[in-house]
Formats: sequence, C-alpha cells, structure tokens
Amino acid sequence: MTSAPLVHLFLGLLLAPLLLGVINRTKAFFAGRRGPPVLQLYWDLAKLLRKGAVYSQTTTWVFQAGPVVGLAAVLAALALIPFGGAAAPLHFNGDLLLLAYVLGLMRFFTVVAALDTGSSFEGMGASREVQFAALAEPALLLALAAAARKAGSLSLSGILPAAVPLSPELALAAGALVIVFLCENSRVPFDDPNTHLELTMIHEVMVLDHSGPDLALILYSAALKLWVLGALIVGMLVPTVAGVPWVANTVIGLAGMLLLAVVVGVVESVTARVRLVRVPHLLAAAGALAALAFVLVLR
Amino acid sequence: MENLVEAILVGLLISDMTVLASSRVAGCIRVTAMQGLLLGVLTLLLQAEAMSLRVVLMAGIGMLLKGGVFPYLLARAGKEAGVQREVEPFVGYIGSVLLAVAMLVVAVWLGTRLPLQVHAGQTLVVPAAFMTMFTGLFLIVARRKALTQVVGFLVFENGIYAFGVATVGEVPALVELGVLLDAFVAVFVMGIAIYHINREFDHIDTDQLSSLKG
Repeated sequence: MTSAPLVHLFLGLLLAPLLLGVINRTKAFFAGRRGPPVLQLYWDLAKLLRKGAVYSQTTTWVFQAGPVVGLAAVLAALALIPFGGAAAPLHFNGDLLLLAYVLGLMRFFTVVAALDTGSSFEGMGASREVQFAALAEPALLLALAAAARKAGSLSLSGILPAAVPLSPELALAAGALVIVFLCENSRVPFDDPNTHLELTMIHEVMVLDHSGPDLALILYSAALKLWVLGALIVGMLVPTVAGVPWVANTVIGLAGMLLLAVVVGVVESVTARVRLVRVPHLLAAAGALAALAFVLVLR
Repeated sequence: MENLVEAILVGLLISDMTVLASSRVAGCIRVTAMQGLLLGVLTLLLQAEAMSLRVVLMAGIGMLLKGGVFPYLLARAGKEAGVQREVEPFVGYIGSVLLAVAMLVVAVWLGTRLPLQVHAGQTLVVPAAFMTMFTGLFLIVARRKALTQVVGFLVFENGIYAFGVATVGEVPALVELGVLLDAFVAVFVMGIAIYHINREFDHIDTDQLSSLKG
C-alpha cells in the first residue's frame, strides 16, 4: 500500500508530456490532419537537452534560475497531488494553500526571468500573464476552499477522492477549476499555444529567449503543470472504487487524465480564442462560479 | 429526488449569473425561457406527493407561457428594433458578476433569517428565489435598453413565482392564472411599447427618454 504514492509520482513524471501529445492529436483529428506523433514532446525534450544554451549579455543569474526554480516548484506541486484515490506522497493540513503558492512561485520566476531579458515583448507577455493569474488565483482558492469545506479536510489528500453522487456544489467548483486549468496552462480560450505572433502571445512570449536545456526544462515544467491541475480536476470528478487493489484505481485515474486531454483538444478545436480584453470576463465568471460553490457549501 | 431539486435550483442560480454576465439580448431571452422551464419542473418536483391534474396543468401553462410565448414575443420585438447587444450598460459586466456574488450572499443570509415554512431539506429554495428577484431588479436599473429591462421584469417575475412555490405551495388556481395573465399582458404591452419607442426614436435606450424635447 505504501508504494502507491511513489508509483503515482513516477507516473506523473513519466506521462505528463504524453497529455500534450494527446491534445495535439485530438486537434489534428478535428482539423483533418494526421498530426504529430503522440510522443513528439519526448523527442523535442531529448533534442533540446543535447543542445547548448545561448544567454544574452543583458541577462543575469535570474534568467538562468527561472527554469530551474520553475521545475522545482512544479515538482513540489506534483508531490502534493493525490492520484487515483491514494494519498499524495506529501500531505498535511493546509497543503492546498501550498499548492496554490508553489504554482505562484513558478509563475513568479517565469515572469522575472522574462523581465530579466529586457525585451519589450517579453515584458508585455509578463504583464498579461500576471494580470490573468491575479484573476485566476482567487477562483482556484475559492474552488479549493469549497471542496475543503465539503469534505471537512484541509488536505488535498482528504478532499480529492471524489464523493460518488457528485453534489451540485462540487460540480460548480470543478467547473471553475476547469476554467482555471485552461487559463493557467495557456490553452485556447485564453491563449493559443501554437501562435507565434508576439503581440498576441501570453505564455509563449515569455520563454522566447530561453534555448536548449533551459527551454527543455520549461516545456517539461509546463507539461507537469498540466498534469498537476488536470489531476486535481480528475480527482474531483472521477470517483474511486472501494475494495479493489490500488492499481485498478490508478488505471481509472489515468483513463480520466486521457479523457481530460481529449476534452481539452475538443474544446480547442470547437472554440475560438477570446479577445484579450474579454479574458478577464471569463475569469470573473470562473471566480463567480467558485464563489457560488463556496456560498452553497457554507450555507 | 432532493439532489435533483438542488441541481435545478443551482441551475436557476447559474442562469441568473448568465443573464447578468451576457451582453447579447437574444441570449438573455433564451436564458429567461430556460428559467421558466426549470421553474415548471421545480413545481412538479416539489408537489410530487400531492400530484393532481390541476398541478400538472398549472405547471404546463406556466412552462408554455414563460418558456415559449414570452421569449417569442420578446425575440420578435428585439428583431424589429434591431437590437443585438447591450453596448454600454450602466454597470459593466464584470461589475455585474461581482455584484451577483454579493447578491447571492445577501440572499443566503435572508434565507437563514426568515422564519418560513419550507419543505424539509430544501433550504436552497428561498435563497435561489431571492437571488432571482434581485437579479431581475438589478437588470431593470442597470441596463440601458428597454428590451433588457423587460427581460429583467421577467426574471423578477420568475423569482416571485419560485418564492411562491417554495413557501405557499398550493396557490389557488384563480390567483395563479391571474398572475400568469397579468405577466402575459405586461409582456405584450411592453413589446408594443418597445415597437413604438423604436419607431418614434430609432433606438430603445431608455436613458435618452428621460428628458423632454422642447
């Protein structure tokens, strides 16, 4: 039984880049293309790790610390997330706040590294990222608070094994989390990961100056972040089965993650990106949903 | 069963927020229609033990009027006036959503303070009804177009109806029919008024109607 959390941690480390492959394949399917191989991100990472890095003369140690701190922060977040009904490798009272803040630390270092380059485009991306994050974070915390109150536990491991008849409050909280998930991972209604026009990019523009192993670390951290927030949603929505070996629940959880990736791909295929000035509206809606869930739970 | 009632009430709350957050008039009208249908189902569910032909008939008439006739009349008035969206409301959309959360908190607080006889285990009914009423009143004061204000009136009516279903239960058929007839006439008259305002002034912005032309 004690090996389950470690296996889940290992699975997260191993399979996180796969999710992006599944999303891209789904999008390609909708567009009538064959699309890149599912394992494309693994090849990209291997290629980038073999290359050297180029550093601009205006940058300081902050620029090089950005990707490393980002990866460290998201690894800490991964250790806090329970998976498949089993407790997380690291769990204590109040770890849901730590989750929000390690993700905040990751964002802070991405932003600081972007500002360190002195490029105006990166500054624009940093400004947008922080603006949207400031609106997404209350929604995330309120949704987690609602779930915590409902479950009567302040630890993610106590919250996440989903209740079997899904209550309307938790469905609302999960809805808010889905919006936050799309925003935080810069997926389509908020940001287009495929865009390469500096004026419209949000997340991608901040990592333009990173190269080689640094870029590999950033891409891998982004995949891990997708996994972490995805596992939060899957844990909330997919019920676990009692009385079976933990491997079965792990398989159910993995199926849930793949389904989530397909859903993200479908969302990206059927919706257009919203205008930049409309993004705060969407995030305010997520915040309102989470607040609604919280008020209903408190009642 | 109780979970279903709860889900419908949460749907009602979400529809309130959608009306407040949406700038498209046609979308607001559709959401109002959905509210009418939800309320009909809610009536049937709350009176499931005392189900009679009268209850089914009243719920059916309510759903037909609020889910079909009113939205049709409003959508036609909107099409004739050429209104597609509320361009510059008095209170912006993010502000409206934030106020919606505040309204919800007040509604829940009121629900806990009022000593009302509600069905056991359905404490959400009164807050949802209050929230719907607040939403309707807010739409009437915070939106510029006459059409959106009529939508606010309908949402307000829905809220009162939900309140009645929750607290009184059995309303005499005569009263209920009278209320529905009043609402019908009101929407009818407002539709005609919007048509005439639009013909006279080429717009239906009510804030420009407040001063007389010399």
